[in-house]
Amino acid sequence: MNEQKPKLKLAVYWGAACGGCCVSVLDVHEKLFDVVAAADLVFWPVALDTKYQDVEEMHDGFIDLTLFNGAVRNSENEHIAKLLRKKSKILVAYGSCSHLGGIPGMANFFTKEEIFRRVYEESESTINPEKIKPQPEYKVTEGTLEIPVFYNDVRPLDKVVDVDYYLPGCPPQTERLVEVFMAIVTGAQLPPKGSVVGAGSKAQCEECTRTKTDNKLIKKFKRPWEIYDDGVTCFMEQGVICMGPATRSGCGHRCIKGNAPCRGCYGPTADVTDTGAKIMSAIASIIDSKEPAEIEAIIEDIVDPAGTFYRFSLPSAMIRRRL
Amino acid sequence: MEFRPQIIAFLCNWCSYTGADLAGTQRMKYQPNVRAIRVMCSGRIEPTFVLRAFIRGADGVLVCGCHPGDCHYQEGNYRCLRRYHLLQKYIQQMGIEQERLKLEWISASEGKQFAELVNSFTETITELGPCRLKQVMEELT
Ligand code: SF4
Ligand code: FES
Repeated sequence: MNEQKPKLKLAVYWGAACGGCCVSVLDVHEKLFDVVAAADLVFWPVALDTKYQDVEEMHDGFIDLTLFNGAVRNSENEHIAKLLRKKSKILVAYGSCSHLGGIPGMANFFTKEEIFRRVYEESESTINPEKIKPQPEYKVTEGTLEIPVFYNDVRPLDKVVDVDYYLPGCPPQTERLVEVFMAIVTGAQLPPKGSVVGAGSKAQCEECTRTKTDNKLIKKFKRPWEIYDDGVTCFMEQGVICMGPATRSGCGHRCIKGNAPCRGCYGPTADVTDTGAKIMSAIASIIDSKEPAEIEAIIEDIVDPAGTFYRFSLPSAMIRRRL
Repeated sequence: MEFRPQIIAFLCNWCSYTGADLAGTQRMKYQPNVRAIRVMCSGRIEPTFVLRAFIRGADGVLVCGCHPGDCHYQEGNYRCLRRYHLLQKYIQQMGIEQERLKLEWISASEGKQFAELVNSFTETITELGPCRLKQVMEELT
């Protein structure tokens, strides 16, 4: 008998995201044929017209694999995260926002009130003398209009639902996605639940091809545009903050190959809890001074340390928001 | 109820812990708010330790090591000093008062200085009131 394997059911969803993760899925290019041969896409708002209601009607565990990208910022994101958890056998936090909070997570440096004030009152292009703000509910003659509730805090997916795997990156490397996907299709032995997949376990520096010397001591931090990058020497040794020492490898150091320092999107390495704390250690060891005043002056050159060290990971850091 | 601050003190084994011990053996009286954690060197105190102390409910964190030039591992206290300045900038950005984190050098013979430090730091933290960090983090769902 010609036994045909049933096709996998695949879903992709975006929460608070920029759309880049969905594009990274599209970037499988001609490999898409392999994907479509092995899987049916049952839900993917960016590409298909499946409605939320259709998902609600699926029986629990109907979807084999869901790639959830984007953070959880509002009630809609949360609702769909919980719905997809119920409907999916494997739920993957796909991309930095879902994995750690990502760029939208930097909103945790502010409160909801501050964000609304800035966006709906103060921003340069806004004229809003009546100070109208979005209301989750609004009554009109035809009935009540509803929009999602904007939360005070941004959360990564695993602070909302149980997550099976994490596939890091902003966005993840499409090649890694294909590998992970094919592993699932072929029924290869899957790593234990909670693993980070599609990435290395060591720090970025260990794969980085830039030249490192033992004597990396610096007197001044510079922003990338302030140096004539020789294209060869480690960024840190040139005084430019690079998140490499605290960041998980696996991206193929794309930024560094493009002559830009690592920004940390792959998140902390396996043995590190807090990316920022780790990079603070690394930076402290290269500052070339023993004098408190001079050290302070050197550190003064780091513009926005918290934002730099926790660019992708604030909502999953030890301190998840500004007080 | 009167606010009694909880203070965590990371003390390096060779100087500061010995200094604190001296305060004890000399029967000096000082505020009982400090919980001492002995580490081999102030250079061992990773930023994570300090952040974790705050997350778990410390109202203030004291970091003590040997005086500059006296570290038994040569450079540990300088490393500590640089971490301290970075942490100061970071916790300020996160809305934690910088006064809640303090670095002091205490030698093995400075029992008196240690007792005074504990008293003055306890006073500062008492004036500041409780640190909200633990509660805020717990309230985040
Ligand atoms: S700090 Fe950055 S540039 Fe230097 S080795 Fe590490 S990853 Fe490469
Ligand atoms: S041994 Fe005391 S600071 Fe290093």
